[in-house]
Amino acid sequence: MSSAVTAVPTKPWKPSHQERASDIAIFLIAMATSYGLVSATPMKGKLAYFGCFFLAYAFLTSVFKARQRGSAAAKDALVNSLVAIGAIVTVIPAASILATVVKKGLPGISFGLFTHDMALATPTDPLNNGGLLHAITGTLILVAIALIFSVPIGILTALYLTEIKGRFTNPIRFLVQAMSGVPSIVAGLFILSAILYPITKAYSGLMGSLALTILMIPTIARTSEEVLNLIPNELREAGTALGGTQWRTVAMIVLPAAKSGLVTAIILGVARIAGETAPILLLTGGGDRVNPNAFNGPMGSLPYYIWKSFNAGSPEAITRAWAGLLVLVGLVLILFTLARFLGSRKAAK
Amino acid sequence: MSIQEIAIPAPRAITTEPRRSDKVFRGVVTAGGLSSLLLLGLIALFLGYRGFEILRQEGIGFITHSDWSIATDDAGNVIESHFGLAAMLVGTILCSLIAVVIALPISVFCALFLNFYAPVWLKRVLVTVIDMMAAFPSILFGIWGFLVLMPSVEYWAKLLHRYLGFIPVFDMQVPVFTRSPFIAGVVLSIMIIPIITSVSREIFSQAPLDRIQAAYALGATRWAMIKAVVIPHGRSGVIGGAMLGLGRALGETVAVFTVLNIVFQINWQMLLGAGGNVASLIILKFGDASPYEIKALMAAGLVLFLLTLVVNGLANLIVKTTGKSGR
Repeated sequence: MSSAVTAVPTKPWKPSHQERASDIAIFLIAMATSYGLVSATPMKGKLAYFGCFFLAYAFLTSVFKARQRGSAAAKDALVNSLVAIGAIVTVIPAASILATVVKKGLPGISFGLFTHDMALATPTDPLNNGGLLHAITGTLILVAIALIFSVPIGILTALYLTEIKGRFTNPIRFLVQAMSGVPSIVAGLFILSAILYPITKAYSGLMGSLALTILMIPTIARTSEEVLNLIPNELREAGTALGGTQWRTVAMIVLPAAKSGLVTAIILGVARIAGETAPILLLTGGGDRVNPNAFNGPMGSLPYYIWKSFNAGSPEAITRAWAGLLVLVGLVLILFTLARFLGSRKAAK
Repeated sequence: MSIQEIAIPAPRAITTEPRRSDKVFRGVVTAGGLSSLLLLGLIALFLGYRGFEILRQEGIGFITHSDWSIATDDAGNVIESHFGLAAMLVGTILCSLIAVVIALPISVFCALFLNFYAPVWLKRVLVTVIDMMAAFPSILFGIWGFLVLMPSVEYWAKLLHRYLGFIPVFDMQVPVFTRSPFIAGVVLSIMIIPIITSVSREIFSQAPLDRIQAAYALGATRWAMIKAVVIPHGRSGVIGGAMLGLGRALGETVAVFTVLNIVFQINWQMLLGAGGNVASLIILKFGDASPYEIKALMAAGLVLFLLTLVVNGLANLIVKTTGKSGR
């Protein structure tokens, strides 16, 4: 019986043991060099270690590759290090922000925080006085009212851009994108000048919601437009072929098919405005007690609470601000995860 | 019963006239679509209307002078007032430019890493983190920047001043490093990195695959391929992304206000702790502003609005035209 010779599959693109060993050696030498440089020179601190390590690593790999394969490979190795540093530098702030918020915010979180408002307390009081119930309810009310205005307008705009495609499609698409760059403070000033001063003459939650609406419309409109563009045209043609009018086709076929995408758009819009501070500072008046009436009286909200506590400046107040930030970030992250979850489920179908 | 006796129904009229329900539907949707047009127009109109008095009184001086003072008599009547935005505009532009200069290379490298270097799992994680950063509220960046980042950045600023002080922008007479435009610029750069990264990533991923593979087939290294194919394809798109970031940086309010010391004097020295910012000016002066000063703030808001509108419009045009030519 002849033994069958089977070719062992090879993977020539995989790095060999020797290459791996040299990579690790360069890494270790770079670390040693950075350590040596930092201790030999008056430089100090994390930045110095980081910088020296990066320079040493980039230099060593380039020289090594240059000896091995010439100058093109050396440039390639240098760019390798550069893009890696780009990615690392991008992630560091995100990690630092999350870690700081959790570390500094947790000591300020307690059960009482969610059951009391600040009507009988000031930000500089000890932490077990008062809470942010008024801020949480306020933010929820502000967002809810903003949703009532912005969801119809945002989705109608998206429908105009995808279903009607009339004469104004290009200008409107352009303006919606331009609108997403409107600074939040300008939205606040607009409501101030157009509604608050001439008509209501008093701070209220409604005014804040209107400003948030302006900021939310472009997010919803742009995301919904992308979602509606993904709906296959066959569905629309099928609707028309069954004798449906355009209204029936859109309402009964296109919108239900795009439902989860539209929900994602709305959630992204909420995440965008939940932490908006500037217009809130101008318009809501920032009350300290729970105020369920958005039409009358100042209304507290999480950003306002954080801002007020932060500016009060004492250690207790700063802890309050971090606790508020933790709650706010938690809210935004939950919304964000929800949006991604719904979005990815849609893509998987 | 003969055939002739059967009444032939009149032929149904074929028409392209939409039904009434469709007319209503199209009307409602068009009205909704036009509302964004209306809103933008109203914003300019109302800010202009409220600020008109100040703009007429100050004329061109509103953007060329830099003193901001108002004097009233005991009855609250305005005796004399000077409103000039020059220092604030210079500060806004300085901070935003610093932010873009820092953020642009980092974002471009990060986008290249995501598209051409990272394994799939790492790419997924990084994209999530970057999208998450874009969703962080600006007050978070402000407070984090003030309490956590500022000490480090002050130290970097001192290093820059000591070793690169001979370059005019790093020079300063009085060694005050706290709350400088440089710090505001660093905070802003962290805020706009996600924006520039995602725009660049989008543009880079549209680079023609056949040309990428052709470059590899000719024996190009990864960098040679990027230089020959990806960068020529994506250059103007990246510029558009940078301008989108610039637009965001120009209008940022709370994050800048927490880390910047606002001084009514034109200052181009980025390490000196004296800057200006139009949006922060509005927050700073709003609390105790008289109705007359509010009008000046409205005019300032109008200037800021127009500035960001122009920058964003240009950016979108650039991104859009690149997206088309790439396919």
